[in-house]
Amino acid sequence: MLLSLFQYQFVQNAVIASILASIVCGIIGVIIVEKKLIMMSGGIAHTSYGGVGLGYLFGFEPIIGALFISILAALGIGYIKRRGGTRSDVVIGLFWSLGMALGILFIAMTPGYPPDLSSYLFGSILSVTRGDLFFMAVFTIVVVLVITLLFNYWKAYMFDEEFASIIGIKTAFMEYLLFVLIAMSVVVLIRVVGIILILALFTAPTAIAGLLAKNLKLRMVLSIIIGALFCFVGLWISYVFNVASGAAIVILSAIGYLFVYIFYSIKFRNQMN
Amino acid sequence: MIYATNVSDMQDCKNAVSIHNLTVKYRETPAIAGVSLDVQEGDYLGIIGPNGGGKTTLLKAILGLVSPSCGEITVYGKKPGKTGKLIGYVPQITGLDKAFPITVREVVLTGMLKPSFAPFHKYTKIDKEKADAYLNKVGIYKLKDRMISQLSGGEFQRMLIARALAVEPKLLILDEPTASVDVSSGDQIFSLLKELNQSMTIIMVTHDLLAVSSQVKTLACMKGRLVYHGGNELNEEIAKALYGYPIDLFAHGAQPRAKEEQ
Repeated sequence: MLLSLFQYQFVQNAVIASILASIVCGIIGVIIVEKKLIMMSGGIAHTSYGGVGLGYLFGFEPIIGALFISILAALGIGYIKRRGGTRSDVVIGLFWSLGMALGILFIAMTPGYPPDLSSYLFGSILSVTRGDLFFMAVFTIVVVLVITLLFNYWKAYMFDEEFASIIGIKTAFMEYLLFVLIAMSVVVLIRVVGIILILALFTAPTAIAGLLAKNLKLRMVLSIIIGALFCFVGLWISYVFNVASGAAIVILSAIGYLFVYIFYSIKFRNQMN
Repeated sequence: MIYATNVSDMQDCKNAVSIHNLTVKYRETPAIAGVSLDVQEGDYLGIIGPNGGGKTTLLKAILGLVSPSCGEITVYGKKPGKTGKLIGYVPQITGLDKAFPITVREVVLTGMLKPSFAPFHKYTKIDKEKADAYLNKVGIYKLKDRMISQLSGGEFQRMLIARALAVEPKLLILDEPTASVDVSSGDQIFSLLKELNQSMTIIMVTHDLLAVSSQVKTLACMKGRLVYHGGNELNEEIAKALYGYPIDLFAHGAQPRAKEEQ
């Protein structure tokens, strides 16, 4: 029965989208969890809603608007964070709400019936088109390439940014680059789990991989595999029980993390005794 | 106030670090003001002072991590932040994530990264041999393949010194290298630094006042401004100017033997 499903193109698309999403989540997720940039990524993701609205208002592909606005938000938050004037969590909070508010405003200004936005907010992996897949694949390749190209520098940057900057490595450039990569990852993920649910896919596979793998590269690979597993099983659950796919994937991720966490806590306690 | 006027007449190039009339402000509040200080090549300078006295700010200014509101700093004739591989920096352990998935040797290798990005950079066999040699020098060679989460405070600190050495610097800057290590590891670190001082200039911020007088060659005392800069004998008068009352000088449980060292 499961195999016959793959004859449908929307199922094929959904599976490919899951794999691409897991790849960016695995790689970028490990970095943002280590650099404590989870809330900042949430901020970028939510700000992108403004871009979706902009797309509807001016009649271009909303996902392009989301990309444009989330890169702008990433650079803006990054700049203010680097200047160090205002506390960055304040700025993130403001961007977060402002982006959503602008999205609502733009969509209200759009003539005609209001479009159905739930696929951007909560994801709609079964409606991913070949065109979407093309975008997702391009961004995934960019993310993978930038990280592998400079892997040793990323490792130095993640472990001790200050030291790296003192020996002359351009850490400010790396930080901005990372923010742009986060923005690209957000765009890849919007179609899979949606703006609101993105954080779970960034954090849960990474956190589980963090408990299992002791090496940075392995941690990334493992978190890709775990992410893909959550997506596939979530997809299957959404098919069988007829629930929203994004919600199924996120709930599964959270439960998965909870189980591994409890298992490790018990194991650790037993080792102590 | 005593300034080290005898060194300021010398040419700048003889100095590892030249600081002239440095003021650093955070917003409107000056953290340090009017600091003039020259560190000669080959010196071993200890910076002491109460919390909030500007020790770390001075260090950050030399490293180029904060920019001066006025005044000038040069490190071997270069501006801070443009010093590249002249400075080997040993930060405080507390600022780093001990759970980060990296081995001891990999940490040391990061000190060898070149400032310009090399795509698909790989550490060479020679790099790895060098890293092992530095680990041997600081005495933790046998821990080279351990994860950093398995190290004690003293071992972690020595790994950071090995990483700074991997930069092959002329100037070694340490921020409280004995703050989170036990006494015997602290002694080992100090004897290592004494040995390293034969080939490089050292600047060290420390709370360990006993070590200051017995280890370093010169002393700088910071309390918003430079209260004292000169030889390493620490007398009651300086301590009083620094901490308000002399008793604080040996608050770390050590016997006052600063004077007899001289």
